[in-house]
Amino acid sequence: MLLRAILGFIGAVFALVLLISMISGVATYVKSPPAPLASEEFHKLPRPLHLASDGAFGKFDKRQLQRGFQVYSEVCSACHSLKLVSFRDLKGLGYDDAEIKKIASDWKTQVPSINPDTGEEATRKALPSDTFPPPFPNEIAARAANNNALPPDLSLITKAREGGAAYVYSLLTGFQNQPAELVKKFPDAKTPPNLHYNPYFANLNIAMPPPLTTDGQVQYEDGTKPTVDQMAKDVAAFLVWTAEPNLESRHAAGMAVVIFLLIGTILGYLAYHQVWDEAKRTVRPTGPLDPANQAKTRRAKAKAGVAG
Amino acid sequence: MATKAGSAEVPQTAGSGVGEDGVRRRDFLNVAAVSFAGVGAVVAIAPLFVQMAPSADVLAQSTTEVDISKVQPGQGIKVSWRKQPVFVRNLTPKEIAEANAVPLSALRDPQTLAERTKPGKTNWLITLGVCTHLGCIPLGIGEGENRGPYGGYFCPCHGSQYDTAARIRAGPAPRNLEVPDYKFETPTTVMIGAKG
Amino acid sequence: MSFSWARPYEPKRPLMRWIDERLPLPRLVYGAVGGGYPVPRNLNYWWNFGVAAGLFLTIQIITGIVLAMHYDASVTGAFDSVNQLIMRDVNAGWLLRYAHMNGASFFFIVVYIHIFRGLYYGSYKAPREMVWMLGLVIYLLMMATAFMGYVLPWGQMSYWGAQVITGFFSAFPGIGEPLRVWLLGGYAPDEAALTRFFSLHYLLPFVIAGVVILHIWALHIPGSSNPTGVDVKDERDTLPFHPFYTAKDGWFSAAILLVYAIVTYFAPNYLGHPDNYIPANPLSTPAEIVPEWYFWPFYAILRSFTVDFVLPAKLWGVLAMFSSILLLFFLPWIDKSPVRSGSYRPVFKRFFWLLVIDVLILGWAGGGAPTPMRNVISQLAAAYYFLHFLVILPLVSAFETPLPLPRSISDSVLHGEEAESAPAGSRPRRGKAATALAE
Repeated sequence: MLLRAILGFIGAVFALVLLISMISGVATYVKSPPAPLASEEFHKLPRPLHLASDGAFGKFDKRQLQRGFQVYSEVCSACHSLKLVSFRDLKGLGYDDAEIKKIASDWKTQVPSINPDTGEEATRKALPSDTFPPPFPNEIAARAANNNALPPDLSLITKAREGGAAYVYSLLTGFQNQPAELVKKFPDAKTPPNLHYNPYFANLNIAMPPPLTTDGQVQYEDGTKPTVDQMAKDVAAFLVWTAEPNLESRHAAGMAVVIFLLIGTILGYLAYHQVWDEAKRTVRPTGPLDPANQAKTRRAKAKAGVAG
Repeated sequence: MATKAGSAEVPQTAGSGVGEDGVRRRDFLNVAAVSFAGVGAVVAIAPLFVQMAPSADVLAQSTTEVDISKVQPGQGIKVSWRKQPVFVRNLTPKEIAEANAVPLSALRDPQTLAERTKPGKTNWLITLGVCTHLGCIPLGIGEGENRGPYGGYFCPCHGSQYDTAARIRAGPAPRNLEVPDYKFETPTTVMIGAKG
Repeated sequence: MSFSWARPYEPKRPLMRWIDERLPLPRLVYGAVGGGYPVPRNLNYWWNFGVAAGLFLTIQIITGIVLAMHYDASVTGAFDSVNQLIMRDVNAGWLLRYAHMNGASFFFIVVYIHIFRGLYYGSYKAPREMVWMLGLVIYLLMMATAFMGYVLPWGQMSYWGAQVITGFFSAFPGIGEPLRVWLLGGYAPDEAALTRFFSLHYLLPFVIAGVVILHIWALHIPGSSNPTGVDVKDERDTLPFHPFYTAKDGWFSAAILLVYAIVTYFAPNYLGHPDNYIPANPLSTPAEIVPEWYFWPFYAILRSFTVDFVLPAKLWGVLAMFSSILLLFFLPWIDKSPVRSGSYRPVFKRFFWLLVIDVLILGWAGGGAPTPMRNVISQLAAAYYFLHFLVILPLVSAFETPLPLPRSISDSVLHGEEAESAPAGSRPRRGKAATALAE
């Protein structure tokens, strides 16, 4: 009893403090409502993007991945690293060993190493077993070259952003002039000189200048027309692969496992029913409605002379 | 369950049931369900064993390129391949002659020098630097190291002695120093670990 | 336990007799989950979730041990060891990582259902108070394990989640900050914190396993409760655990694994947060710091205290958050109604469902940014949570009129609970013959 009183008191105290917090919050909201933010009103959700790898049955379109890799190599890799991907992983794009060896040794940035004779720091050509060497050796160098902004590593970017590949695609194709009504309504949110307006970016103004500006920026080897839209789609597809190189095995294994478990569940359910039907048949409790007991009741009533 | 009457005489059969057909049907479903689960369990633990096999990055390190342009006849270098030492030695004509002069019957692990080198490059002796007895690294590859009485390599741990073709001649080691797969990419670079 | 009709263990095969004479482990297993453990015959599917929880504990331990073979517990290596080595290079590494990640979520889903089953059916009441309290200890250990495990990949959410949660301790006046620094081994989550979290994350699941054994042992003294809450009276009320409940648990576990497989293979990152794929940066706070979904209700309670009142708001939040779990230990003494099952407590039943809705609202509130509207909803929902357990429940259990209980489990199974529990002489709704005919 005492325990319940103490606990009840504690509960009432918490409720009271919450009530005070709520009233205070509401009062503040009414007295000085929070100023609307430009990003709340003008931020756009990603445009839908349909890739071959979408869905439970999705598979990579290797030609698209190769085109996307070409866009990455020729445009993005100037600033963005791909540190978690090894050159040998490019086998998943359909390249063979010789091509991979060439891509690695031709890569514009070399791998840090040591001069075998003098022991001084040096660089060497990349091998297939290396990961993509980053364009800048460290964060400070990266910022120094990019107006104090740090271009993020792209290995996991489609898993690291809400919206995934659709976000990357929308961002790349979303650069535009800041709408006049935004400047009128939120004069403080005018795009500063070193930033670029992009409504798909959470803060609306991104440090990255539009990387894909003209059709034909990259010449595709398979003849696909390299419009800005196409290049953005291709590089987004490539970045889905860098983030999830095992996507196809995952889907294939998943299908097998799900079907197996579905059959297993059904088999298990039937076996369970069989086991329990035996219980209901043979271990049946008997109550007043059981015919044997009803007969007993009738006999008892007859003996007692009670009408039934 | 067997009925009470008469069960005293009738021996209990395993999986007692309503009737022969009913028993088979009941058992089949249960057996099927349990075996399904068993197969599933085996398949499910397969990844647990597979994950211990060398990962892709380890397998990618399975070859090492070595520049042999600076190794003079009579010299040798020690390089690391798959985290193990490899002796790359440039044999002098005297060492080659010594190796070829040994009759195969005198060898514990009979092999000719030609069998242990590439055709046209019998002066390049490339072997693992791991004694075949219990795994120590033999001496003899570096300048001034003890090369043992046969002029090849000498293992200080238990006294195994190798000749100029790195074949076991005396001591407890059972086999010659192992020759790994290797390939001459160019006359001055060797890819150890590559078949060729 | 008190089941006189429990079948004794009689090994027929000589090998089993030999083992049993020297180490009575087969006997123990037989008596715990075999043909020698009688279980009420009327258990419904809400009773399957205890075994499901054990299943996920096993999955987590096995996948965890194997992941630990490749994980690098260092600030420089952790993120890459998970996202490069394990996810790309280790054979089947991606499967093991996704299985472990989603296994944690499913472990919590199953445990939450298991806990709410206990709340509805009065499983916490005498004589099972010990089972209940051991269960809460397991839950607290699970929360600690999950928190530390989430730090290990060393992503943005790992780091900042660790900052926030260890920051709770600094809310306590005086000893708070020294305690926080001691826990972290530093002034912010860093190498020391990461390595000790790895060590403890590996250890605690085995502690959980030990407490689970105690939990089951404590349960097997009185035996399982059942949906009517009425005690087992005789043999007709029970069935041996094997084969009846092994079969039921078997098929239902397969069904749960099916759902788990669909999520793990086809939507493995749905329950997670994208920010944890960004390497930890102590100099840059993410836009929103949120814990994993299973902590959202507690996060909501923590954040809903926004005003200093005698104590600082932060301290209120921390106290309330801990109290929200600790008060559950007192439940058997808060709710002293002699009727166990919510099926026979109409007023209690309604408040129970209000609680479920309340917890779901708290979960929603904790998962998003603290906007003014979300704050108000948080505060109301948190207030209801405390009022429910500490004010409403004692009053309801003291003053409500429960429905009449069935005479026994078998009677309720035979006639259906409604008919069986109708007062003598009245016409049961289903139209069966009046129970006045009985005996």
